[in-house]
Amino acid sequence: MTELLSLKGLTKAYPGVVANDDVTLSIGKGEVHALLGENGAGKSTLVKMIYGLVKPDSGEMTFDGEVFLPPEPRAARAAGVGMVFQHFSLFDALSVAENIALGMEDAPKMNTLSERISEVSDTYGLPLSPDRIVGDLSAGERQRVEIIRCLLQAPRLLIMDEPTSVLTPQEVDILFETLRKLRGEGTSILYISHKLEEIRALCDAATILRLGKVVGTCIPRDTTARDMAEMMVGKVLTTPKRSGVSLGEVVLELDGLSLPSPSAFGMPLRDVSFALQKGEILGIGGVAGNGQDELLAALSGEMRAPAGMLRFKGQSIGGDGPVRRRQMGVLAAPEERLGHAAAPDMSLTENAMLTGAVREGLEQNGFLNWPAARGFAQTIIEAFDVRTPGPANAARSLSGGNLQKFVIGREVLQRPEVLVVNQPTWGVDASAAAAIRQALLDLAEAGAAVVVISQDLDELMEISDRFAALNEGRLSAPRPTEGLTVEQIGLMMGGAHGMEVAHV
Amino acid sequence: MVRFEKRPQPSRLFAYATPLLAVLATFFFGGLLFAALGKDPVVSIVTIFWEPLFGEFSFFYRPQLLIKGAPLVLIAIGLSLGFKAGIWNIGAEGQYIMGALVGAGVGLAFYPTESVLIFPLMVLAGALGGMLWAMIPALLKVRFGTNEILVSLMLVYVAEQFLASMSLGLLKNPEGFGFPGSRNLQQYPSAHNAEIIAGSGMHCGVVAALIAVIFAYVLFARHKLGFAIRVTGEAPRAARFSGVNPSRLVVFCLGASGMLAGLAGLFEVSGPAGQVTIDFNVGYGFTAIIVAFLGRLNPIGIVLAGLLMALTYIGGDIAQSQLQLPAAAIQVFQGMLLFFLLAFDLFTNYRLRFGRSEVA
Repeated sequence: MTELLSLKGLTKAYPGVVANDDVTLSIGKGEVHALLGENGAGKSTLVKMIYGLVKPDSGEMTFDGEVFLPPEPRAARAAGVGMVFQHFSLFDALSVAENIALGMEDAPKMNTLSERISEVSDTYGLPLSPDRIVGDLSAGERQRVEIIRCLLQAPRLLIMDEPTSVLTPQEVDILFETLRKLRGEGTSILYISHKLEEIRALCDAATILRLGKVVGTCIPRDTTARDMAEMMVGKVLTTPKRSGVSLGEVVLELDGLSLPSPSAFGMPLRDVSFALQKGEILGIGGVAGNGQDELLAALSGEMRAPAGMLRFKGQSIGGDGPVRRRQMGVLAAPEERLGHAAAPDMSLTENAMLTGAVREGLEQNGFLNWPAARGFAQTIIEAFDVRTPGPANAARSLSGGNLQKFVIGREVLQRPEVLVVNQPTWGVDASAAAAIRQALLDLAEAGAAVVVISQDLDELMEISDRFAALNEGRLSAPRPTEGLTVEQIGLMMGGAHGMEVAHV
Repeated sequence: MVRFEKRPQPSRLFAYATPLLAVLATFFFGGLLFAALGKDPVVSIVTIFWEPLFGEFSFFYRPQLLIKGAPLVLIAIGLSLGFKAGIWNIGAEGQYIMGALVGAGVGLAFYPTESVLIFPLMVLAGALGGMLWAMIPALLKVRFGTNEILVSLMLVYVAEQFLASMSLGLLKNPEGFGFPGSRNLQQYPSAHNAEIIAGSGMHCGVVAALIAVIFAYVLFARHKLGFAIRVTGEAPRAARFSGVNPSRLVVFCLGASGMLAGLAGLFEVSGPAGQVTIDFNVGYGFTAIIVAFLGRLNPIGIVLAGLLMALTYIGGDIAQSQLQLPAAAIQVFQGMLLFFLLAFDLFTNYRLRFGRSEVA
């Protein structure tokens, strides 16, 4: 196999951290190469250098035998590098064709472009009408828009950053068919992920990064997932454990909860019902944008519900706001750390006050006790091993994982009776994620009822007693986690959302 | 290449140094401006900043500082409540006028009865007038999602028309020989907002401003309402998550700022101005916006900024009469102050980096 892209001794340092240290890597023509590593291992920095977003401090790159140092993404695209980002940059209110035209340097006329889009989507088994409005598309279809946008430029190297994080298992299968077809035509793919089974199913070679350095390479098919995980993390992983499960009486009940979404392209909740017992962890899976944010808002009190749809210990709480619910013991931690769970520019002390005021007795007659809030922040920092110089530091100065530990710790330490968390370990490194999961398990063991909303199915399988999936605002009936197959989970998540399989 | 880089934490040093740097830069560039107009820059700056405080006629100017500063501070404190929460009341001038009209109207209705109850009643009426005027943008925003900036600003012009109608009609002095304008409240002891100590400039409005400053300080430092305001300004979703009701906050912030603006109007019309006339309002409501930002939306800062702004007004008048500086040049000078303040403010959250730019 001839070499397409080769990186030699690539190094990039930011103030205080070396993001990439002497990285060497080579991708052959028609090879699917996995780039594996934890969050913060330097995967993003590396692909940004290839895509011309970041300039390396030292080292060299060659592309198809020639020295390659793109000063900007445009140059990288011209050379034949395409990238599909993890977070889509699409405008909800525009059509597929309009979105694609916006990302092109020399966009052809709309008619011509629409024809080319149809052509490419047929060839690669990515059925998609150019006239549809992006706001109406599922996450998998939105990803198709991004992929087609890249394929229109006929790339020789396609970079895909965590492409499956927004897909159901069935949608993943469809994507893999497309990628295999591309490989068959000689297109190289750099596939970034931390999902090991996927990499074993798809990739020809893998390079593993840890703390900016290459710590190993392997042929994924011949390596076990556990071995790859340990290379990635650098230590033997301890899986969270819970001892005996003893469920108590029902504390939280949702009875046909239906609510419109507050935002135009949000998802309304449709007839969501479940009953949650003391000591139980209910895992709620589903592709992002299927009502997760709305469900959290309905449970935290940010969105009010009509009487009777939401009951805590038999008492209707739908009309109560977040403060009343906290008083009763219903606590929540939203997905978005900066700006929703925490105020970015405020100190950790102030962020501890944000939700701790009532239950921690940080407020009396409306007057705030700042020394006590500082003490509470300090307690969270110590109990959850939050790495920060102290509670006076601004929330945004913390790394994602540390802030997430702070946010989860803040709620867990308030001794909730019901805790609802959305994406508790999103963007968090493996050891912090394990600590957070353990804290949730301990909380349940101590008698609290926990709802974990997550897109990480492995996480849900690991910690939850029962599993349900949100799909288009509807919640499937919860089923015991034990014995669930990937196939069943995928169907609960809505299967392939009616997407056609690639015609290869 | 020079570029800005976001600081991991806001710089405390710059938060405090910004006003000082802005004043110094204004001295420098204002000096250049005055020099370009053919005036001695040092003399001009000294005339504006030194003369009112320590010059020959300072006995006259110093009380003026309180008289001009008090309404600015009173209004700016109210505005700062909303501004911190991202609720933009731009119509304080209108609330100031309505407070003055309602308050003066109550006083004039009792003329010529003398009673100690009349002035307190006028104060209440003034506060209510300003508050109700501010309730219009507040309720429209809460109920229909209208933009409070536009509504409150446009209501200024409505209030001005109202003021003209009142001073030419309903409130016109029957013994005023047909001249527009109401009776002079300075000559109606029960309704006169007289100086507490003669010749000091210290009238009830100054006291009210000080009380407002203390209230605002405690509110922001210790009370949950102040905290709710700050969180809403910093991160609205986080505020909602913590349990803040955004609608109630809009009503509170606009109501409180309208009330304080109305009070300022009442104290002005019953004291230094004395009379409801077509143009008794001199733009305090708009200048207070500058004062609020110059004072970094901080109660103590607003006091200093209000005094500084009053000083440039008084000094500017002196410079106009003594040095024949054009009024427009003084306004440019005041504008520079706000401009430099906002410019230097960037450094609180950003720092300069020299080197190649990079999209990371």
